[in-house]
Amino acid sequence: MTEPVLELKGITKRFGALTANDGVSLHLMKGEILALLGENGAGKTTLMNILFGHYAADAGEVRVKGQHLPPGQPRAAIAAGVGMVHQHFTLAGNLTVTENILIGSESLLRLNSRRDAAKARILALARTFGLPVNPDARVADLSVGERQRVEILKALYRDAGILILDEPTAVLARPEAEQLFRILRGMTRGGLSIIFISHKLHEVMAASDRVTVLRGGRVVAERVTAETSAAELAELMVGRSVSRPKRDAHPAGAPVVVARGLTVTAGGGAALDAIDFEVRQGEILGIVGVSGNGQAMLGRVLSGLARPDAGRLTFDGRDMAGFTPRDAVRQGLGRVPEDRHAEGAVGDLAVWENAVLERLREPAFSSWGFVRRAAAKAHAADLITRFDIRGAAPETRTRLLSGGNMQKLILGRNLAARPRFLLANQPTRGLDEGAIAAVHAELLAARAAGAAILLISEDLDEAVGLSDRIQAIVKGRLSAPVPSEKADARTLGLMMAGVWEVSHAV
Amino acid sequence: MRFERREEVSVTALVIAPFAAIAVALGLCAGLIAMAGVSPLTAYAEMLRGAFGSRLAVTETMTRASPLILTGLAAAVAFRARLWNIGGEGQFYIGALVAAGLGHSLLSGLPVALAIAVLMLASMMAGALLLIGPTLLRLRLGVDEVVTTLLLNFIVLLFVGLMVEGPLKDPLAFGWPQSVPVAAGLRLPDLVPRSRLHVGLVVALMVAVIVGIVQSRTVFGAETRAAGLNPRAAAFAGVPLLGTLVKVAALSGGLAGLAGAIEVLGPAGYVTTTMSPGFGYAGIVVAMLAALHPLGVVAASVFVATVFVGADAMSRATGVPSFIADVIMSVSLLTMLTALLFTTYRIRA
Repeated sequence: MTEPVLELKGITKRFGALTANDGVSLHLMKGEILALLGENGAGKTTLMNILFGHYAADAGEVRVKGQHLPPGQPRAAIAAGVGMVHQHFTLAGNLTVTENILIGSESLLRLNSRRDAAKARILALARTFGLPVNPDARVADLSVGERQRVEILKALYRDAGILILDEPTAVLARPEAEQLFRILRGMTRGGLSIIFISHKLHEVMAASDRVTVLRGGRVVAERVTAETSAAELAELMVGRSVSRPKRDAHPAGAPVVVARGLTVTAGGGAALDAIDFEVRQGEILGIVGVSGNGQAMLGRVLSGLARPDAGRLTFDGRDMAGFTPRDAVRQGLGRVPEDRHAEGAVGDLAVWENAVLERLREPAFSSWGFVRRAAAKAHAADLITRFDIRGAAPETRTRLLSGGNMQKLILGRNLAARPRFLLANQPTRGLDEGAIAAVHAELLAARAAGAAILLISEDLDEAVGLSDRIQAIVKGRLSAPVPSEKADARTLGLMMAGVWEVSHAV
Repeated sequence: MRFERREEVSVTALVIAPFAAIAVALGLCAGLIAMAGVSPLTAYAEMLRGAFGSRLAVTETMTRASPLILTGLAAAVAFRARLWNIGGEGQFYIGALVAAGLGHSLLSGLPVALAIAVLMLASMMAGALLLIGPTLLRLRLGVDEVVTTLLLNFIVLLFVGLMVEGPLKDPLAFGWPQSVPVAAGLRLPDLVPRSRLHVGLVVALMVAVIVGIVQSRTVFGAETRAAGLNPRAAAFAGVPLLGTLVKVAALSGGLAGLAGAIEVLGPAGYVTTTMSPGFGYAGIVVAMLAALHPLGVVAASVFVATVFVGADAMSRATGVPSFIADVIMSVSLLTMLTALLFTTYRIRA
């Protein structure tokens, strides 16, 4: 057996009372793709930040090709040939691809930057590793997938032999993700060794050679991918067997929210183009599609943040033209936003403040302009128990909650008021299996209680599992609804490619 | 060396931060005082004596602190909502001008208490209007309010100059560029006999308590904080951003305008273009030293007033130029900003 290119031995890292990594050891062989699997908060990102020198470990050591790596020095990691692609990209949008790649690898004191030589090298790397990109394009004009390629090229440009990707598919739609893994596979044939961090079982199964499972900051298992199964990994990752709850048959009632010819024009084109849908009492309508096809605008319209330019939107038969977020809350429209950190909650406010932020002006939570703090805190405490929000007290700063628990808080503040309608926009994006199961259970419980739910999701398994009916959104247009029983992979694939319009014509 | 974000900012750290910042600032300025050929310890002792050494000194310091409390609050309430009001100086002057202009003759028929209240209210409205403009420009057109509010200070000061040389010039002032005086009956009563300390201090302290309650206990305060910390999430939750920020602007500008009013109705009696030793700008320092907390503003105002009043006395006693007061204040702002960084981040080797 040859020596590993990378070895982590007994890495321990504490943040205050929290032990993020507890004696973690792992190794990476040359030409191998290792998946680092674990739920959110299992310590994956911390571990990789230690490896890359962003954090200094409290104990343990990192060895690259047998050489000890000094802790806490990203420069040393780069020099040793370790490249890191962060989950949130670190590119400057107003610079070109070449300039972004050169930043940090050229001396600041250089007067003439070797732009042309660099460009030639970037193109050569791009060709060798199958990462097509235009070196003169401005990064701001690139798609998310292309930006990720730039990040990878940036690492390769610095002669990285070991590439670490932190949740590389979190921002990608499935076809882009599949393409990424094909590229990574090709790169290992070129001699690179890769670690990717993930909590998605299907991609770990599909793309890795070996899996190291992290739970609660410790390595709980190591498996050769070909010799394990998604079910085994799921159980190792969560520590118990989890299964997503199943939807039971249940007749739908009268339409609650109805859209007819709803159109929103933005930036010259139609963000939503004459869409029709109706969401009925006690049913979940799933909207599937590749991101960037109008889901965001649909979410904004139903949240009261954007106005339709044409068409009708009704709620219980009443026209909803020009309703505001406040009207929505008052009338019983619940809203779970697409981005829970940017829109769902104010991270630096306490949990109780976020719990009542939408309802501050209601008599239950304020009188004469003064916040009824006791009532608000009691309400928050109630949400915490009812929706099993872990690690939270009413006074906890919301920023400290994990993604799943923050989502439970947002769901809870909506569902506590028993809304007639709920918009659930990407409700489980970025959540781990345990949290996904909990969110699904809450949505199904709300459905059983008679809520009309509009689910916008990029996760097809989720959409099919939860929805009664499914419509696809493509370039701002909606397909006709299909009962989810009839939505097999082929049908959905065609719908998401926009083929329904052709089939109508035939 | 690198910075790591702390999981939770401790209250203790926030309380210690200003004291540490002031200590470091005084230490740094000690070097300058030594360069002027005076022992820093002597200089600082003289400064303390000058600010608190006699009954008169104490009343002078508190007189100086009164408008600072208000301009400090003005900056603090705005900064909390991430509205960068650098225009406290202009709002102070416009408030002062309105108080003098109206208080000279227009309100002579009213009962004194009512007339004073009307004057204060008018000054507040003037200050509020001066900030609402830049706020709307930012919300509607994205014009940076740091630039607009800062530049308005100079415009207002020139306008005040125009008025005290022109329409509002006091004909009995032997040609000095000063405004007509406030009617004697409308001056704020003294708090301590035979001193310049006046009821304005009580007004400022009451306002500080009210602002504290508004910020921590009311719907407006909660919505303001949400809008300042995460505007998108606040808007999603139904907080009207435009309305909230305009109200914050009205409050902030109003407080700075009120500072101008109590200075004119209190010790000054009339407006000149040099009546403010930078109350508006010092308010920014006060707000930062107070970590934007309304009651902290009171303490920070007393500190800044001590430096200013004490520096004059120290300068007379030791010959160190009194400009050292401006230096101490500016350095404290820098050290406080550094200290705030350490309350949020820790250094790892």
